Amino acid sequence: MSAFGRVTDAPASFVLVGARIVDPSLGTDAVGDLAVVAGRLVDPAAAPTDLPRLVGAGLLAMPALCDLHAHLREPGDGRTETIESGSRAAAHGGYATVCAMPNTDPPLDERARVALVVDLARDAACRVRVVAAATRGREGERMTEVGELIPLHIVGISDDGAAVASARVARGILAYLAPLDLPLIEHAEEPSLAVGAVMRSGRTATRLGLSGWPGSAELSMVERDIGLAKETGGWVHLTHLSTAAALEAVRRARARGTRVTCDVTPHHLALTDAWVAGDRGFAWEEPTGAVADPFRTPLDPELAYDSACRVNPPLPTREDALALLEGVADGTIDAIATDHAPHPRERKAVEFAAAAPGMIGLETALSVGLAAVEAGRLTLPDLVVAMATRPAALIGEERSLSPGALADLAVVDPQARWRVEPDALASSSTNTPLLGMELPGVVRLTVASGRITYRDGLDSAR
Amino acid sequence: MIESLGTPPVADHAKAPTWRHRHLLDVDQLDHAEIERCLGLAIEMRSLRDRGERLDLLRSQIVGLAFAEASTRTRVSFEVAAAALGAQVVDLPIEASSVTKGESLIDTLRTLERTGVGTIVLRHAASGAPYLAARSVGARVVNAGDGTHAHPTQALLDALTLRDALGTLEGKRVAIVGDIGHSRVARSNIHLLTALGATVRLVGPPAWVRGFEDWPGVSISHELEEGLRDADAVMALRVQLERDAGGGVPTLREYTARWGLDEERMALAARDAPLLHPGPTNEGVEITPELAASPRSLIGRQVSNGVAVRMAVLALLAS
Repeated sequence: MSAFGRVTDAPASFVLVGARIVDPSLGTDAVGDLAVVAGRLVDPAAAPTDLPRLVGAGLLAMPALCDLHAHLREPGDGRTETIESGSRAAAHGGYATVCAMPNTDPPLDERARVALVVDLARDAACRVRVVAAATRGREGERMTEVGELIPLHIVGISDDGAAVASARVARGILAYLAPLDLPLIEHAEEPSLAVGAVMRSGRTATRLGLSGWPGSAELSMVERDIGLAKETGGWVHLTHLSTAAALEAVRRARARGTRVTCDVTPHHLALTDAWVAGDRGFAWEEPTGAVADPFRTPLDPELAYDSACRVNPPLPTREDALALLEGVADGTIDAIATDHAPHPRERKAVEFAAAAPGMIGLETALSVGLAAVEAGRLTLPDLVVAMATRPAALIGEERSLSPGALADLAVVDPQARWRVEPDALASSSTNTPLLGMELPGVVRLTVASGRITYRDGLDSAR
Repeated sequence: MIESLGTPPVADHAKAPTWRHRHLLDVDQLDHAEIERCLGLAIEMRSLRDRGERLDLLRSQIVGLAFAEASTRTRVSFEVAAAALGAQVVDLPIEASSVTKGESLIDTLRTLERTGVGTIVLRHAASGAPYLAARSVGARVVNAGDGTHAHPTQALLDALTLRDALGTLEGKRVAIVGDIGHSRVARSNIHLLTALGATVRLVGPPAWVRGFEDWPGVSISHELEEGLRDADAVMALRVQLERDAGGGVPTLREYTARWGLDEERMALAARDAPLLHPGPTNEGVEITPELAASPRSLIGRQVSNGVAVRMAVLALLAS
């Protein structure tokens, strides 16, 4: 039996007994108790004895997750998602915070529109922070009036869906933002190289006769943005990186001290371009079928050209996915961000090239991450750092399980598995190629701002 | 073919073992025996037609032709093939622009299916559209060309035509010249020719042959002379006339100068090496009119074999 709560509910009080507590910010990875009193973490030894006690044995307690990149579709499209349904999806996925992207209809490019989202999110199932549009109407010309948005706690500005195409405009934005400690969040893609492209270029695209997106589309924009950040002192955050070459450029730039941060999506870590041909193996699995030999593996008529796999940037090659996993492990990549992108059935039940790009991710991200941990590609602390600690730090949030902090925590059963099915999802949309698959990791409890926002079957201890 | 006279009558052939495929989406789904069965049945169909005999294997069935992209020869070929098998043939009104009009391919095909159409022959500009159709409707789906992905009946008729000229394809070298990257004909041909034991040389400007390097049985050549040398057969592809600016060659004139086929260049290939072209040809661009009309040219033969192959495919899917 699962239930959702809101960040405006009464603060929670409980003791979680005997869970494995992982908090890299404290260097903690040990079995112990966690006590929350009136929404704040307290030393379990000093907690009142009459608190509800929850069985934590076999469970994993970690700082609640923080998503830097999600599309909640409000204002404009209440059918594929709302802030309400999207925040529940977040709570179900273990998130306390979600950053809402601005390419809504109308876009979040002025104070009233940003304020509307803040207001709609007041009693949601997670905290919602806003990424405002970088330019008016997302047209790439006139910069948004950022100053009047700062009191609304925006976390950055972005014309996501596209890069700020004009280098001159992007340079002006970075220079203006430099003293404000806000990033320009770039969807790094050179538009002229991406025209008509529907999947990553490579052997699978050749095999399928689908127009390929060259890695240079990302690399050339990343190199441009790094150059602009270096020159202006501005902070550029590159979102949903998808190629090893761009990652390498970031690695070099950071070594030189340029203010560049980046995130990667779960689907660019775990899925590969072979999924478009119908393969359903994770990137770290031994290559077989369409991954090993895309040309001579017959297409599976049930799965080939599945529009759920159409996403931008497109699903990477296996080599790039493995390089991105290394980037998370070695810390070059700051965060795993979902790019949760709900779409209605009719925009997906069409020819692959005609399908709207994007997939949902808030409810599967942690499970995909745990699958990478199971496979030995990431350590559990790596995963917690990339999904909770560092993204939270980038947007100025605390994420610590030390006594005194307002409780933002997630409790997960890492041994349990669940099947991704429409009925299992709180999101209003179901567009993910993971549908029907069984994944590890079931969230049992999410606490955001000291409130229980999601709970699923935690037993009471005696 | 003469040897076809010794094979069992068509009715038994089509009834033989159950055909396990509901749809024909590409030749990659066919194993070696199925390819042989398909080509063997096409030979049967061809000799029956030569004798002027009619068949009623598809009597009381409706075959719908859904061509969302302009095509004359493929459409007519399917129409004649279906009619020759006794089917009722209907045009399914489907437009390439239906997506932009908000009417989905699935909706259109499902509506048409309710009129009793049992087989949908689909031509569509989007790669993979027949897979979507096959997943979404109960009717059988025959891919008559999808985007830049596949054209299975073209590959089958090309294989039949090449066998007519060369006998076995085992160990033969087939050069395909032109914009391979944008060619559904080339992709299906590579699958089928390599499955039948031939090796394939892809010849053209770098941007038009890139990406195929790792395909087993395939080699790449950017120079026409190198690609043609000792080839046992040559297949020219239609050049999209609008595809020059920024599309891999400076101009069509330069394409013709470097990769255009004429009789002199064809002399580099094996003696009497046949020339194929899926049509329609841009004479004077990828091929000279003299070469197209020369004894090497099997272009007319391809068209007549096309009907036989499509009869075989429709008969097998209905069996």
